[in-house]
Amino acid sequence: MRALLLSLLLLLQGAATAADCELRGTGDLGLVIERASGSLQVLDTTTHRALFRVEGLGDLSHASAVYSRDERYAYIFGRDGGLTKVDILCGRVVKRIVQGGNSIGGAISQDGRLVAVSNYEPGGVKVFSAEDLSLVADIPATRTDKGKGSKTVGLVDAPGQRFVFSLYDTGEIWILGMKDPAHPKLTKFTGIGRLPYDGLVTPDGRHYIAGLFGEDGLAMLDLWHPEKGVRRILDHYGKGEQKLPVYKMPHLEGWAIAGDRAFFPAVGRHEVLVMDMENWQEVGRIPVHGQPVFVMARPDGRQLWVNFAFPNNDTVQVIDSESLEIIKTLKTGKGTLHMEFTPRGEEVWISVRDKDEIQIYDTDTQALKGRIPAKKPSGIFFTDRAHKTGL
Amino acid sequence: MARIRLILLPLLLSMTGLSLASAAEPTPGRQAELIHLLRHDCGSCHGMRLQGGLGPPLTPDRLETLSSEQLSATILHGRPGTPMPPWRPFLTREEALWLARQLKGGVAR
Repeated sequence: MRALLLSLLLLLQGAATAADCELRGTGDLGLVIERASGSLQVLDTTTHRALFRVEGLGDLSHASAVYSRDERYAYIFGRDGGLTKVDILCGRVVKRIVQGGNSIGGAISQDGRLVAVSNYEPGGVKVFSAEDLSLVADIPATRTDKGKGSKTVGLVDAPGQRFVFSLYDTGEIWILGMKDPAHPKLTKFTGIGRLPYDGLVTPDGRHYIAGLFGEDGLAMLDLWHPEKGVRRILDHYGKGEQKLPVYKMPHLEGWAIAGDRAFFPAVGRHEVLVMDMENWQEVGRIPVHGQPVFVMARPDGRQLWVNFAFPNNDTVQVIDSESLEIIKTLKTGKGTLHMEFTPRGEEVWISVRDKDEIQIYDTDTQALKGRIPAKKPSGIFFTDRAHKTGL
Repeated sequence: MARIRLILLPLLLSMTGLSLASAAEPTPGRQAELIHLLRHDCGSCHGMRLQGGLGPPLTPDRLETLSSEQLSATILHGRPGTPMPPWRPFLTREEALWLARQLKGGVAR
């Protein structure tokens, strides 16, 4: 009798909780960061609606997100060192910690059990349990000659339960092996080039590439053969050319790969660069509207969508990846900060900060299909990232 | 009448030898634009709350040793060898100086 009552009680309790939450899959959901208000909205890409607003996430002026492999939880990395685990089905914060003074981004491990954060202040990388955000490993960075830990950037996950990141001030790439969480294994590559400002891992998880601000070219590490060391690619690129001032650092996240070619933003130039993935040689440059920030490939690789740095951040251009022609120039509005494709690429969602909205475009026709109000929106992250290496 | 007063005011100010800087104070509308620029565009490296990012914090205590003139020169001309770009194409000298004073006065929160 008591057991029956208890289970009845539990049932009732469960129902009460579930009433506040959505009972559904999350494969067509996502989130948008609202950078000025420290909040995010949970988005439904099927109905074009916002489901919840979640507040109290701290300083999100630069923020990014990764997803748990069940696509229910988002981990938000904030500018103020905050790491927040959000339940997107219930629209609530599960746990929030402030793990550093100033952070730039993070990654989730191959097995989904670890979340790593890269820090500007005090530098270095910290690794947490994805379950309860308890600290698993603290990896301080090399000290600069001023005695401070180097800023760490371009943190990604890689196969083999590894994280890879770059040290901005000291010009290094480190591989952090977390197979045995109690004994993190570090492999360091020094002298990789001046001021690596961001990094990416190719979608297959094999190559880690860091962009260099302080010199020409890119630093590339083959994660199948780390023993071969870091090599420079596109070394000749930009030699002797005067660069333009850079008003916003480009992002390398989600390097656009279409067929056997990769497309990425030039630093300090109004160009998208095209590289042959077979031999890592530059095979073309596409003149564009401004300095690119994100160059994103539609999931089928047929189109590239590009946004731009200040003062040209009111525009998006669409490039045909086959002909390399610009097929459309959209005036989305000032503060066009980020773009995210739906998982199979029929739509792209674009955040327009100064219009306080997300614009939804049909990628085939480039026609505006809808708008969702959002407060100073920046990054948009859909749940299909959960199953992509490096995102 | 209002227009005449607007024209006369700067004239009078310069005649009475008052500092040109205060006469050249940006209009309230422009001030709002400059603060927006500071938070969102300077903020992409220095943090929207100016607590630092890839670029250093722009808080009053960190800027204490620099004069407004030095700061405005950095804003206008950038810092060669670092990612700090020159903002001269978008700002007048007076606007840069005004921004520098806002920073030193603690616009960062």
